[in-house]
Amino acid sequence: MEVFKADVAIVGAGGGGLRAAIAVAEADPTLKIALISKVYPMRSHTVAAEGGAAAVTRPDDSLDHHFNDTVGGGDWLCEQDVVEYFVAHAHEEMVQMEHWGCPWSRKEDGHANVRPFGGMKIERTWFAADKTGFHMLHTLFQTSIKYPSIKRFDEHFCVDLVVEDGRVQGAVVIEIATGEFRLIQAKAVIIATGGAGRVFRENTNGGIVTGDGMALAYRHGVPLRDMEFMQYHPTCMPRTGLLFTEACRGEGGLLLNKDGYRYLQDYGLGPPEDKPRNKFMELGPRDRLSQAFWHEQQKGRTIEGPFGSVVNLDLRHLGEAYLRERLPQIYELAEEFMGIDPAHEPIPVLPGVHYTMGGILADGKTASSLPGLYSVGECSSVGIHGANRLGSNSLTELIVFGKVAGIEAAKFAKSVAISNPGAIEKQAEAVQARAFGLVNKSGGTERIAVLRNEMAKSMESGCGIYRLGTTMQETCDKIAELRQRYKNLRVDDKSKVYNTDWLLAIELGYLLDVAEAIVQSAIHRKESRGSHQRLDGYEQRDDVNFLKHSLAYYTGDGPPRIEYGDVKITKSKPGTRAYGAAGVKADEERKKQGAAHG
Amino acid sequence: MADTEKIIEIEVLRYRPEQDKEPVPQTYKVPFTDDMSVLQGLQHIKDFLDETVSFRWSCRMAICGSCGMMIDGKPKLSCKTFLRDYYPGGLRVEALMHLPIERDLIVDATDFVTKLESIKPYIIPKEPRTLEQGEYLQTPQQRDMYEQFSSCINCMLCYAACPQYGLNPKFTGPGVLALLHRYNADSRDGGSAERLKLGYADEGFWGCTAVGYCSEVCPKGVDPANAINQNKMNSAINYFTRFVTPGGADK
Repeated sequence: MEVFKADVAIVGAGGGGLRAAIAVAEADPTLKIALISKVYPMRSHTVAAEGGAAAVTRPDDSLDHHFNDTVGGGDWLCEQDVVEYFVAHAHEEMVQMEHWGCPWSRKEDGHANVRPFGGMKIERTWFAADKTGFHMLHTLFQTSIKYPSIKRFDEHFCVDLVVEDGRVQGAVVIEIATGEFRLIQAKAVIIATGGAGRVFRENTNGGIVTGDGMALAYRHGVPLRDMEFMQYHPTCMPRTGLLFTEACRGEGGLLLNKDGYRYLQDYGLGPPEDKPRNKFMELGPRDRLSQAFWHEQQKGRTIEGPFGSVVNLDLRHLGEAYLRERLPQIYELAEEFMGIDPAHEPIPVLPGVHYTMGGILADGKTASSLPGLYSVGECSSVGIHGANRLGSNSLTELIVFGKVAGIEAAKFAKSVAISNPGAIEKQAEAVQARAFGLVNKSGGTERIAVLRNEMAKSMESGCGIYRLGTTMQETCDKIAELRQRYKNLRVDDKSKVYNTDWLLAIELGYLLDVAEAIVQSAIHRKESRGSHQRLDGYEQRDDVNFLKHSLAYYTGDGPPRIEYGDVKITKSKPGTRAYGAAGVKADEERKKQGAAHG
Repeated sequence: MADTEKIIEIEVLRYRPEQDKEPVPQTYKVPFTDDMSVLQGLQHIKDFLDETVSFRWSCRMAICGSCGMMIDGKPKLSCKTFLRDYYPGGLRVEALMHLPIERDLIVDATDFVTKLESIKPYIIPKEPRTLEQGEYLQTPQQRDMYEQFSSCINCMLCYAACPQYGLNPKFTGPGVLALLHRYNADSRDGGSAERLKLGYADEGFWGCTAVGYCSEVCPKGVDPANAINQNKMNSAINYFTRFVTPGGADK
């Protein structure tokens, strides 16, 4: 097998992976970087992020505001020291992106503009129209071309990590075009493979978002943290699940039920006002808005469409010219995919799975529990999202912690040497044999798409916006069954060149492992917090027993072992999480208490 | 939007290098509803009819640039082309023209990516600036000068459309020239002289014969033909002014 000797290998070349690669290259140009991606970097799912990236910018904003919005938005399940680092370094990373050419939208005076987003006290979302992820990704990709030490392995699919002498020492990849295996030997590995939204049916994610890196780290004993927290985005396209950015509401869009009524006022988000007001109504957080949709549906106040219940996202009052400037992609999606002109008709929307809050356990500097292994981005749980991610924190996370991951991995790589090349190569051969086994085996009867669809349907019913012990148990049983049936998979395509059937089979294995971590973490959390809401006697947040991170440990064939870890609290004691007028009142009370205590 | 299921015939030009001497058509009958894209039709084939059919896709919303192919002879993104528009006649899908087929609907993108890498597609600062100095000031009008050209999703439809690229694969091609112009037109950038040297070569702007089909097929309104034209103008002006300006002329 061909061996490439790198100092740092990075699996995934979206925003996080690219930013990390640049950070390694800038930290030490003599370090050899292998940047591995199963797609060309500009296809990575960062490309689909629309609304923007948060960083304190205006004089009336403060790091404390960003911190409080993030920690309260996460229902106090955030690592507060990590959030402090995050908010303090967000702005300089936006500026860095600007220097690299990111086409941020501007104010008349030439400074970058910011827009409001849900759950945010003061406007702080940097944006590039409604294609922010696209522009950030292309800027990072094009900038990465400057650095000769970054060797890209485009369209190389990672099948496993190599762990030897108790630390990670490389990755085994398939060159998709030829089916040839390569061993990427590395002293440090950064995983930047994105989320796992494709374990669900209705979702905003691209087909490549299959939890690859999460599953790889998990199989090597690194726990997945807080996996029960899946974010439903409240405004998605019926049937396809495609996203209508939160910026639609940031710019003034309204959510209306079948009576044309702004129903969010009935769910602790009001009172409604004519103009958008931060942290009120449509600018509430995503979990609350998705939950409000569910209640409206129960009350029979949603609109019955051909693809299920919907509500209306009304942008008409913003006018065509403004919509074309601020939300051009949304305009195009509505027109071309739905035949709707949003300047003249409301857009039917419903909640869809959008983001994996949990991920590979990482400390505040992105290091996992396995020496040499780092993670960044949606695959990672560095601890800033808690039980519900604040919109526009994830793009910022990519660049703030992408840089940290690069610097840390570079440091680690310089402190060690490859310990046992012979053993590493032997491991790689075994990985190759296993991967070939999947395609060469005969007699399998199960079809990939059938298993995948059964998984997605079951995850939707067990781990939806509201959850019940009984349905979660059904999903636990179903996923366990599917993992058994997976062993009997049939791969029809036996060729080597672009065998996507084979890769889909490997991805299905990743998806099933991650799905099991999600539902098992969910059923064990006997409380309601953020995006994890139960209706079976655990409707309240329980800080006594569950102000804890869940940790799912891989056990092989059986379900994961679920353990719990402490939450780092620095300056924000868990309080009432409230929005709208109730939020203003809660803030005042916290201030009073704070004054009384200190 | 949803209605009773109809059946449409999708003819896929197959090519599996390990077994096919040359591309061969294969037809599939696909049940569809009016909201379904060509991509969803192909996904149905792969999931339920023939797992060996190969194509690239990811985002489903015309931003990742993966799923370009010839649909009834025209370069299109399959995710935003709809089956209903080809009913009842059916449709034919093939790999993008002018690019080598790797397998089925997958083309070799190496040439495009190599060209993209070659034109210095990054800011070469006019005046270097530290992070402490904050962002470069750029007015909305200055941003408008390049924004359109920064919207290229690298889907390569314009390469399949470009007759010049079909004749001479050395031609830099519309998408990459638009990207080159994107950086030259950015008020923060000072690298245009370096880049225009690349653009001057026969394979650059002057290779274009102004057919304009690239701009017609662009799914994002980038208008590469316009970018190329502006640069032909710039390079012509530069060519003449260098005889009258001491030390030659920049842009």
